[in-house]
Amino acid sequence: MSDIEQARQALLKRILEGAGRSSVSERRAAFDNLDLATPLDALIHKIAMHAHRITDEDINVAKSAGFSENKIFEIAVCAAVGEASRQHDTARAALEAAAGKD
Amino acid sequence: MRLQILDSGHSFGTKALFALIRTVSRQPVLDVIKVVKYRADFYGNPMSAVTQEAMRGPSQWSVGERELMAAFIAKANQCDFCTKAHSAVAQRAYGDKKKVSGVLSDTSIAAVGEPLRATLLMLGKLTRDHTVNADDMRAVLAAGASRQQIEDALAVCFAFNVIGRLADAFGFFVPGPEAFEAGAKYLLARGYR
Repeated sequence: MSDIEQARQALLKRILEGAGRSSVSERRAAFDNLDLATPLDALIHKIAMHAHRITDEDINVAKSAGFSENKIFEIAVCAAVGEASRQHDTARAALEAAAGKD
Repeated sequence: MRLQILDSGHSFGTKALFALIRTVSRQPVLDVIKVVKYRADFYGNPMSAVTQEAMRGPSQWSVGERELMAAFIAKANQCDFCTKAHSAVAQRAYGDKKKVSGVLSDTSIAAVGEPLRATLLMLGKLTRDHTVNADDMRAVLAAGASRQQIEDALAVCFAFNVIGRLADAFGFFVPGPEAFEAGAKYLLARGYR
C-alpha cells in the first residue's frame, strides 16, 4: 500500500472507529450520507453534495435541536471525508477500467 | 466560524501557539489552522498526514502543479477560502500570477502542458459531477499523464474535497490577500504538518 493510501486509511479508521463524542454508528451514517436523525440528515447531505450553500441557519438548526458543537464537528468531518472518499474510489475504479489493474 | 469551539475551544498551549503566529506573521490565524488544531487527534493530525503526503510527498507533479490543482478543485467546489489560499501558494511556487489566474479562468486555453491540462479537466469533472468514467481517464492518459500522475492528482483531489467542504460547512472567514500571502509563505517553507 502506498504512503498516501496508508495515511488515508489511518484517517478513515480514526474518524470512524476511534473515540468520539458521537457514536460510531452516527459517524458511519454521516460518512455514508445515510440514515441520520433530522436535522443532521439535511446538514450532512448538504456537506456532501453542495457545501458552498451551507448557511448559519443550517448549523443553528442542528444546535437548536440539541446537538452539541463537538458532535456537529465530528459529523461534519465524517460527511466531508465520506463524500471525498466516494469520489476518490469512483475515480480509481475508472482509472483501473481504463489502464488495467496496477 | 459557525462553531464556537473551533474559534476558542483550544487548549492553553494551542492558544499560546496562535498568539505566537499572530505576533510573527502580523496576520490573524487562518480558520483552517484553528480547525486542524482543534481536538487534533480526531481530525487534524491524521488529515495533515494525508495532505502532507499528497502535496509534498514524492510525485512527478511539482509542488506548484499540485497547489494549482488544489486551487482548481476549490474553485470547482465554489470554496472561496480554499481558492484564494491555494492560488496564493501556487502563484508563489510558480513565481507567475498569470499562469494561475489563466488556469482558473479558462483551463482549455491556459499556458500549461497537455498532461496537466487534461488532468485538471478530469479533476474538475470529478469535483463538479461527483463521478468520472473510464473514457475520462483514457483522455488523460492519451494526453501524456502517467497512471501514477493520475493517482497522485486524485490524492490531491481527495484532500481538497475534504478541506473545502469543511471550510464551507464551518464558515471560514475569508481574510485579505496579506493573510493568504503569509499562509502561502509558510506552506511552501514548512508544508502541511
